[in-house]
Amino acid sequence: MSDSARFIGEEEKIDISSIAPIRNYSSRFLTFLSILCVVVLLASLSWVLWDVAKEGVNKLNWYNLTQIRYPAPGLEDGGFGHAIVGSLMVLSTAAVISFPFGILAAVYLSEFGRGTRLAYLVKFSCNVLTGVPAILCGLFAYAVVVRGSGFSAFSGGIATGVLMLPIVIRSTEEALLLVSPDMRLASVGLGSTRFQTTMRIVLPTAAPAIVTGLILSLARAAGEAAPLLFTSFNNNFWSTDLFGPVATLPVMTYFFAIIPFRPQQQLAWAGALVLLAMVLIASTVSRFVVHKTRK
Amino acid sequence: MTSAARDFESSQDINIEKKMGSSRILDVGFVRLTLVLSIFAGILLILVILQTAEAALPAMQEFGLGFLVTTRWNPVENIFGVLPQIYGTLMTSLVALVFAVPLGIGTAIFLTEDFAPKWITVPIGFAIELIVAIPSVVLGLWGIFVLIPAVRPIFRAINESMKWLPLFGGPAPRGPSLLIVSLVLSIMICPIIASITRSTFESLPRSLRDGALALGATRWETVLTVMIPAGLSGIVSSIMLAMGRALGETMVAAMISGNANRINISLMQPGSTITGLIASQFGEAGRLQVSALMYAGVVLMILTLVVNVLAEIVIRRFQNLEQ
Repeated sequence: MSDSARFIGEEEKIDISSIAPIRNYSSRFLTFLSILCVVVLLASLSWVLWDVAKEGVNKLNWYNLTQIRYPAPGLEDGGFGHAIVGSLMVLSTAAVISFPFGILAAVYLSEFGRGTRLAYLVKFSCNVLTGVPAILCGLFAYAVVVRGSGFSAFSGGIATGVLMLPIVIRSTEEALLLVSPDMRLASVGLGSTRFQTTMRIVLPTAAPAIVTGLILSLARAAGEAAPLLFTSFNNNFWSTDLFGPVATLPVMTYFFAIIPFRPQQQLAWAGALVLLAMVLIASTVSRFVVHKTRK
Repeated sequence: MTSAARDFESSQDINIEKKMGSSRILDVGFVRLTLVLSIFAGILLILVILQTAEAALPAMQEFGLGFLVTTRWNPVENIFGVLPQIYGTLMTSLVALVFAVPLGIGTAIFLTEDFAPKWITVPIGFAIELIVAIPSVVLGLWGIFVLIPAVRPIFRAINESMKWLPLFGGPAPRGPSLLIVSLVLSIMICPIIASITRSTFESLPRSLRDGALALGATRWETVLTVMIPAGLSGIVSSIMLAMGRALGETMVAAMISGNANRINISLMQPGSTITGLIASQFGEAGRLQVSALMYAGVVLMILTLVVNVLAEIVIRRFQNLEQ
């Protein structure tokens, strides 16, 4: 196949250059354009990565990662340890809400309700929910939680959890679909109930792929500032109060980026580097894990 | 034979009922639990819409549909309208698509049409998918401190030489503008178009391509006259999904649009988007203003829902055709 294709290609080249120069040149021109598209995309990616790495690495050290104090405008001192703790609180709340919820809902979609009208509608709704802007998840959490009890890490967790849920459901469902139907049949054939089949056979088999999906959704959610702006809000001090406002890495990066003081801006770059590194590492690792399980 | 089998079956049935009462309850309970949770996941979308609309109700009653065509946002006098933001949102997304659609489709063609060996296209495909993962706040930061200074001289030159064109007119560009937002947005949404278009091309039957080649079409004639028309619904839905993402992108708009509350026909001048408005005003908003921002959120929700539902329907129709 490939041999004959190459043969045809060579024939074509000779023919076209002599008989149809316009076809040949337009073809070459379009190929050039297409390669240009790829180059532009890759260049912008490396441009962003390069700048974030270059600017961020200056201020990225153990002191800043653990330091609590907010730098007063003009001072050279400070760190974002409090924002890391805040991010962890918000993300663990989001994980506690969306992981069990999403996994069980995906179990229904893939194991018990496959092909039903209900599953179709739920999937449709989840796909549309994936496209809902992150900031609207924030407005939702504001309307539900914040109006009653004020800004809190908890409400930020709810906003992020809503954001993550459709992604968790979709990635878990895809992981469950990879489990061979034979294993389910064998388990049922041995007399186990649907509960036992799911818990002892299907979920453990799909576990690596499921966990990968969960980590990836968490890493993506960690970089979202929009849903946190008016839920967990911001806090310039150390806080571990789940029901009070906390600083988070993306929100801190946002607020430090838009104020005109150099020390804060440097901290914003360092925060951006931490966010970026987290997401890129999670994406790369998950890519290799999924690649392995598919093989 | 049959009756014996039936006897055996029924006797076993009874045994199961007796032996496994608790595990049967567990089993049925588990299935019902997953059912309830998945129904709730389905309802969540409606819940998000209703809650936001409910919070927006005071502003809806106060301003009605006039909210959509009023150009003032004045918290002191409690006059609110989002026409400049609607304009900014649509304009930035459309201009971003102008850049991203050719870039995305060109990339998808490069990745599927055997221009390069697999060991080149696979890492490139992965790198392009990484762009989607970059947090938008990072891109916003990069936009403020790197992209704006870098493109300022170019923008000024364009502004100087094409002042007669309203799209590039106005005073010399200083920095934040709708065009910058569009540029960053196009980097963000390009991979969406590229990856969906790519998988569309890959899912098309091989015979289509072979047929065109056998008739003597060049590679590019095959792409332009066979592959793109055949994959059109996939491409269209990828564009709509990308547009949905661009409409709802918040941090980039809040950081580099300039948050100027007026309609500037010129793309080189500061503007504002619905998301940028919500993000920048929510912190210090009074009661009616919060409600007005919720109303703006409802407007944004309607815009993105229309785009996303259309994209979803096109994709599903396309999948049905395939089967």
